[in-house]
Amino acid sequence: MVISLGLTSQALTNPGIDLEFSFNQAIQGLGLSSELAHLIWLPLPMLLVLVAAVVGVLVTVWLERKISAAAQQRIGPEYAGALGVLQPMADGLKLLVKEDVIPARADSLLFTLGPVLVLIPVILSWLIVPFGQNLLISNVGIGIFLWIALSSIQPIGLLMSGYASNNKYSLLGGLRAAAQSISYEIPLALAVLAIVMMSNSLSTVDIVEQQNNAGLLSWNIWRQPVGFVIFWICALAECERLPFDLPEAEEELVAGYQTEYAGMKFALFYLGSYINLVLSALLVSVLYLGGWGFPIPVEWLADWLGQPTNAPLIQVITGSIGIVMTVLKAYFLVFIAILLRWTTPRVRIDQLLDLGWKFLLPISLVNLLVTASLKLAFPIAFGG
Amino acid sequence: MNISNSTELICFAILSIVVILGSLGVILLRNIVYSAFLLGGVFMAVAGLYLLLNASFVAAAQVLVYVGAVNVLILFAIMLVNKKEELKPIKSLQIRRILSAIVCSGLLLLLIRVDLTTPWDIPGPAAIGEQATERIGEHLFTDYLLPFELASVLLLMAMIGAIVLARRDVLVSDVGTGDSVDQSLIEKSNTPLLIDESSS
Repeated sequence: MVISLGLTSQALTNPGIDLEFSFNQAIQGLGLSSELAHLIWLPLPMLLVLVAAVVGVLVTVWLERKISAAAQQRIGPEYAGALGVLQPMADGLKLLVKEDVIPARADSLLFTLGPVLVLIPVILSWLIVPFGQNLLISNVGIGIFLWIALSSIQPIGLLMSGYASNNKYSLLGGLRAAAQSISYEIPLALAVLAIVMMSNSLSTVDIVEQQNNAGLLSWNIWRQPVGFVIFWICALAECERLPFDLPEAEEELVAGYQTEYAGMKFALFYLGSYINLVLSALLVSVLYLGGWGFPIPVEWLADWLGQPTNAPLIQVITGSIGIVMTVLKAYFLVFIAILLRWTTPRVRIDQLLDLGWKFLLPISLVNLLVTASLKLAFPIAFGG
Repeated sequence: MNISNSTELICFAILSIVVILGSLGVILLRNIVYSAFLLGGVFMAVAGLYLLLNASFVAAAQVLVYVGAVNVLILFAIMLVNKKEELKPIKSLQIRRILSAIVCSGLLLLLIRVDLTTPWDIPGPAAIGEQATERIGEHLFTDYLLPFELASVLLLMAMIGAIVLARRDVLVSDVGTGDSVDQSLIEKSNTPLLIDESSS
């Protein structure tokens, strides 16, 4: 109900490519009812985004292997496909056919449920990632807030798998993960709040549109440089990437909450962490780097070339540029995250919590206050 | 009945069953960890009910606050002090059970009476959908300002109390005046876990 409301209002206000509308028209042209057409349409974008997420993970895993190899002056995967591009597929297949071991004294129900609870919120969050004006599953009004709420479910899954493994390292890893997740959620939410204040909306589509008035210069990163850094640090901490991978620190905790897991259940954790990384990168690009916007607004280019912006061909080109730009920006950030992982040492647990509570939290509060006062003082530049 | 109506009905039935069975499980299960996890499930189902009522902001806030913060903290506390303990049998357990059953059924009767006597207008006011978030903000800063501020003061008090209780490295003397500080509030002042290298 909520979802369909969002979509129809979107379709009314924005002339442009609306795949759902054209699809429904085509189905109804075949003589089916509009409700049936809607039912047939519903799973399609979800399936598409799920496939996109998994392919994104495969690419990221390959990048991780190649970049880590380059950082350590190795070659990396070489034989599985050209430049080893099939290596992630081989990894996945290996995990798929491995034996599914449940430790003898583990709690088998919670042990199975844990990885699922970790993965589902992450995949659900893809609901709000926009690749273009109408290219998202649903333009929910609460948009970015939904992501913050969903990402707060994940620590329950981590605690669950840590507890159910019946292993002291697993339990410690789970507890660390939950503590880390809670402490970095707050500065993250405050950084997002500053953005929301500037764009007067929680919806990701509105946030991107507000940044695309003047191309590169109107991106939020120039207006929210502090917020950008806070968000990026917190996003890395939420993804449990180095330098914040305390919950699975090999030298201290074997593998943290994943210690007892094997086969497909381990693969769920693996998939979840990489999907989360790609998702965070996408959201940074949506919130701070102008989302699907080209550095020079496409409308200006079309004007300059003397093309009408409403022409179907221009619309298709604009849509494709949007998708390419979103993915490019996201993968640039993924590249930085991988580079960080292979070049920085891990922080200690007390340093981690100090950084979260004593540094990022006050700074993000100040950032919020400054944004609010700037919004009052310069309503033109800060979205009055 | 069209598709969206029947979907709504099915969702409502499933969510209600989850809420009722889940809360029964929270109370009746022997294993406290299971109870805590089930509590999270119940909170999620309640968020689902809010979503059915077209209150998406309240649903997300429910997930964020109750599942993401309250339930995680409960789990945290349980797992940090998860030791097996033989509890003494409580005297006159039967009478206590009967008394609490009477109190609970009285509450239930009261709720049922409220439900039956209130004149509900069916169907309710039209859903405002996406504007709900703005409307909540307007209400919080105009006619509900006092309760909102009172709640924030209460939370601030709880936070300061927690910090006072949790602080371990307490100063023996006041930094400004040099007088000795009254430590009666603090249960015990342990030595700090990590030695502060900057002072030595």
